[in-house]
Amino acid sequence: MSSNRQAAAASPWRAPILFAVLALLFVLEGTVRNGMFSGSWNTSLAILNMGLISAITALGVNMQWGYAGLFNAGVVGFLALGGLAPVLVSLPPVEGAWAAGGPRLILALLVGLGTLALAKIAYTRTGRAWTVALVLLAGFVAYRWLFDPAVTAIEANNSARAGNIGGLGLPILLSWIVGGAFAAAAAWAVGKVALGLRSDYLAIATLGIGEIIVAVLRNENWLARGVMNVTSIPRPVPYEIDLQQNPAFVDFAASWGFDAAEASGIWVKLCYMSLFLVVLLAIILLAELALKSPWGRMMRAIRDNETAAEAMGKDVTARHLQIFILGSAVIGVAGAMMITLDGLMAPNSYNPLRYTFLIWVMVVVGGSGNNWGAVLGAVLIWFLWIKAEVWGPNLIGALVGPLPDGDVKSHLLNSAAHMRFIAMGLVLLLVLRFAPRGLVPER
Amino acid sequence: MDILNALVAFLNFVFIPAAAYGAQLALGALGVTLIYGILRFSNFAHGDTMAFGTAITILTTWGLQSLGISLGVLPTALLALPVGIAATALLVLGTDRVVYRFYRAQKAAPIIFVMASVGVMFIMNGLTRLIIGVDDQRFDDGARFIINVRDFREWTGLAEGLALRSTQVLTLVVTAIVCGALFWFLNRTKKGKAMRAYSDNEDLALLSGIDPERVVRMTWIIAAALITIAGVLYGLDKSFRPFNYFQLLLPIFAAAIVGGLGSPLGAIAGGFLVAFSEVAVTYPWVKVAGYLAPGWQPDGLLQLLGTEYKFAVSFVILIVVLLFRPTGLFRGKSV
Amino acid sequence: MSDLDAAFGHRGNRDASLVNMHGRGVIDGTRPSGPTGPGHAGDPFLIGEGMTGGYGKGADILHDCTIAVERGQIAVIVGPNGAGKSTAMKAIFGMLNLRKGSVRLNGRDITALNPQDRVKAGMGFVPQVNNIFPSMTVEENLEMGAFIRSDDIRRTMEQVYDLFPAVAAKRRQAAGELSGGQRQQVAVGRALMTQPSVLMLDEPTAGVSPIVMDELFDRIIAIARGGLPVLMVEQNAKQAMMIADKAYVLVQGANAHTGTGHELMQNDEVRRTFLGG
Repeated sequence: MSSNRQAAAASPWRAPILFAVLALLFVLEGTVRNGMFSGSWNTSLAILNMGLISAITALGVNMQWGYAGLFNAGVVGFLALGGLAPVLVSLPPVEGAWAAGGPRLILALLVGLGTLALAKIAYTRTGRAWTVALVLLAGFVAYRWLFDPAVTAIEANNSARAGNIGGLGLPILLSWIVGGAFAAAAAWAVGKVALGLRSDYLAIATLGIGEIIVAVLRNENWLARGVMNVTSIPRPVPYEIDLQQNPAFVDFAASWGFDAAEASGIWVKLCYMSLFLVVLLAIILLAELALKSPWGRMMRAIRDNETAAEAMGKDVTARHLQIFILGSAVIGVAGAMMITLDGLMAPNSYNPLRYTFLIWVMVVVGGSGNNWGAVLGAVLIWFLWIKAEVWGPNLIGALVGPLPDGDVKSHLLNSAAHMRFIAMGLVLLLVLRFAPRGLVPER
Repeated sequence: MDILNALVAFLNFVFIPAAAYGAQLALGALGVTLIYGILRFSNFAHGDTMAFGTAITILTTWGLQSLGISLGVLPTALLALPVGIAATALLVLGTDRVVYRFYRAQKAAPIIFVMASVGVMFIMNGLTRLIIGVDDQRFDDGARFIINVRDFREWTGLAEGLALRSTQVLTLVVTAIVCGALFWFLNRTKKGKAMRAYSDNEDLALLSGIDPERVVRMTWIIAAALITIAGVLYGLDKSFRPFNYFQLLLPIFAAAIVGGLGSPLGAIAGGFLVAFSEVAVTYPWVKVAGYLAPGWQPDGLLQLLGTEYKFAVSFVILIVVLLFRPTGLFRGKSV
Repeated sequence: MSDLDAAFGHRGNRDASLVNMHGRGVIDGTRPSGPTGPGHAGDPFLIGEGMTGGYGKGADILHDCTIAVERGQIAVIVGPNGAGKSTAMKAIFGMLNLRKGSVRLNGRDITALNPQDRVKAGMGFVPQVNNIFPSMTVEENLEMGAFIRSDDIRRTMEQVYDLFPAVAAKRRQAAGELSGGQRQQVAVGRALMTQPSVLMLDEPTAGVSPIVMDELFDRIIAIARGGLPVLMVEQNAKQAMMIADKAYVLVQGANAHTGTGHELMQNDEVRRTFLGG
C-alpha cells in the first residue's frame, strides 16, 4: 500500500513547478543543440503547437472521463470528423461540383437520415421488427439510387485535381466551431444508442464509430478526396513566403538576430500558438466555470454516487449524454485546429494508437478529472512522443556502438524509432502504479 | 434459373470465406470473453498480443524453413505454433506478474486494469514492431488448395468454379478441435470448473479453497493459446500485418459482446454472426443474382456496402443485438 | 479509501463493454496465514473469545465479544440491526482484523489463519448473500464446495441430497435459476461438502417466506442433531431462540445477554427489547 501513496493534499506548488519544468524543456529544445535537443526554435514551437492541440483534445476527453467517467475509445473519429470541417467550410468551392450532383447528394443524405428517423418511429409505433426492416430496406434502396449517380458525377468532375464537393469559402476560424458541431452531432447519435441500455456500451460503440468515421474519410472521395488528400487549406495566419518578401519583417527579424527564413517560421508558429492558447484558455475557463456551477456539482455527485443521484431523481443517462456531446465537441474543435495547422487533410494519418490511446495516456498521466493536469499531461507526453523518436535511436546507437556491424546491429538501429511505443506504455504503467491520480491530482 | 451455379458461387465467395473468418474471430473472441469473465476487464492489448504471438510464430516458421524442415502439404507454421503459444504465454504471464497482480492484491476497480491494458498495448505494439516491423508478411507454405477452381469445373461441368483453400479447411478443423477441447476443459474438468466458479463468485471460490492466482494464470495461458492460434490462422488465410491485427480488436470485441460477454458459447456464435454479416453485406451479389434470374441485368454490383466499410457491419450488428437483447445472444455477465 | 480507488473512483463502472462488475470479490485472497497455537483446556468446540476489532483500518465494531459453540449444539447470535451480529461471525471466520481476543477451534488457536485456511481447518461458512455460483448447476456447486477434498465425494453429495430433496431433483439446473429458499439449501449444501467440523450460517433465512424459513430451520436442526455444531446469525430472534441450545444477544458489538434459548425467552428485558412483548 505504501508504494502507491501520494500525498493526500498535493502541494499547491506542485502544478506551477511542473509547468515551469515543462516550459524549461521547450526553452532547452529551442536553445541547446546536443544529442537530446535540436536547438531550433522552429522545432520547439512546432512541438508546442501540436502539444496545445493535444491539450485541447485531452481536455475534451477529460470532460468525458474526469467529470462523468465515460470511456471514449474513438477519439480518433471525433478528431477526424472535426478535421472535415475546414475542408467543407473554408476550401474554395470546386467549380462544377455542385452543379454535377450537389442537390441530389444533399437529397440522398436527407433521405438516409429520414429513413433512420422513420425506422425509429415505426419501431416505437408498431414495435414490429419486419416493419422496421421494410422501412430500412426501402429507404436504403432510395438512398443508394439517389446517392450513387450524384457521387459518380461529382467525382468525375475534374478528377485529377478535385473530384470532391468542395468547400464554402468561409473563414477558417469559423470551421473550428463547425468542427465542434460535427463531432457533437456524431456524439449525440452514438451516445443516444450506447448510453442507457441496461448498462452502457460506450467504449465499444465509440471504438466502432471511430473506425467508421476514418473509413468514410478514407473512401468517400467526393467528401474530402479520400486518400488523395486535400492540400492548401486556407490559413488564419500569414504565409512564410509573404513575410520573407516583406522588407519591414526582414528588418525586424534582423534586429533580433534571425535570418528571414527562420524568423518567418517562428513568427507563423507564434501566431498559431497565440490562437491555440486563446482557444485553450477559453475552454478551460468555461470548463472550470461549468464545474463550479450547480450543473458541475450535479455531474460530480452523479459520478461519485450514481445510485444516490438516481434515487434523488437525477436523470443520469441524460446528464451523461450531455457531457459526452460537450466533450466530443471540444475534441472536434481540436480536430479542425489540427487540420488548419497542418494545412492538409490526410485520412490515412488517423491512427487510433496515436490519436485515441496516446490521448488517454496524456489524460491519465496528467491526472484524471483535473483540467490543468490534462493540459500538462498532453503537452508533456507530446513532447516525449516526438523526442523519443530522436532519443530512441541515439540511445540504441550508443548501446550497440561496440557491437560488430551486421544484421542484428542494423536491425536494432532501424527499429529503434519504434522504441517510443514501448516508452509510452512504460510511462503509463509507471504513473498508474506509483501516482495513479496523475501528476496533478484532482482536488 | 441456375440454382447449382448460384449455390457454388455463394459457397465460394460467401460461405467458405465467412466460415473461415468467423472461426478466426471466434477464437479471438473466446480469449476476450475468458479474460472479461475471470479477470473482469476488457483487454485492449488483445489485438497486439495476437500480433506478437503471430510474429514469433512467423519468425520460428522462417527458421524452420531455412533449416529445410517442413510439414509437407501442411503449412510449416503449424510446427512453429507451439513456440509462438509458449512465447506469448510467457509474455502475458510476465505482464500479469509485473502489472496486473499488484492491482489484484489491492482489489482495485476493474477500470484500472483496462487502463493498464492500454499501457500493455503500447508495449506489445512496440515489441512487435521491434521484432518483425510493420510490413506485410506472408508465411504460408504447403499445399495451397484442396479443391481448385479448374479441377472443380472439370469434375462437375459447372460454369462456376469453387476453390477450397487448405488454410480455410485448416482454420475450421483447428477451431473445431480447440473449441471442443476448451469446452471439455471448462465443463468437465475440476480446474475448468474452478475457473467458472471464480468467474461466477470470486469470494465464494476463495472460500471453497480455489486458489485465485492459479485460476488467473490458467486463464492467461489459455487466452494466449487461443489468440496465438487465431492470429496464426488469420495470417495464413490472409496475411500478417500488425496494424490489421490491432484493427481486429473491433470485430473481436463485437463478437464477444454480441454473443454475451463472459459466455464462451456466445463468443463462438458471435464470431460467426459478425463474420457472415460482414462478408454477406460487402459481397457483390450480382453474380449470384445473374444465375438466379438470368434475364435480369442490374446496373450495380448489388453490393450493400464497400469492403472498406466492413467494420461498420460489426458495429451495426452490435448495436442491433444490444438494442433487442442487452445481455447478448447467450446471456453473458454484462447484466 | 486507498489511493487507487481515489484515482478513478466510480469512473467507467457503468460501461459493460469495459469492465465486469459481476461476481467481484472483496476478500483479499493474498493475505498469508500465521501459525496456529494450542487451545485452552476446557474450551468449547469453537470459541471466539474477547474479540475486539473492525474492518480494515476502520473503527472497532466489536468490543470484547465472546461467542462459543459446543459439540452437537446450535448457537445463535441475535440482536438489533447494526449490533454487529454478522461482524461477530466474520470475525470468527477471519475476515476482520482482531486487535484483541482469539479464535480457537477444536483445541487449536486459529486466530492468525486467513479465511481460506480456516475452511481447511474445518469451518464451513455460508455467507448471507452471494453464497452460490449462479451460472453453475446445483451439482457443480456441490462439487466446488468439495474442491479441497481429493477423496470420493459422492457419499457426501448423496447425504446433502438426502437432506435437501427439493434441490436433489434440480441437480442439473443452474443454481441461479432456483427459488430463494432452494438457493439457500444449495448454499448450505455447498458448505457441507467440505465435511466441516462446524457450520456457520449468516442469516440463512433472510428474504425467504415463513414456510420456507420453518423448513430451513428443520433442516438446520437435523444437521445439528447429526452431530455437526452450528453457529448461526439470525434476525428472526424468536424462532432462532426456540431452536437454539445457546443464544447470544449482542448490542453495539458487545455481549448483552447470554443463555440457553429457553432462558432468554423467559428474560423480561430480552422479551421487551427484542421479541416485541
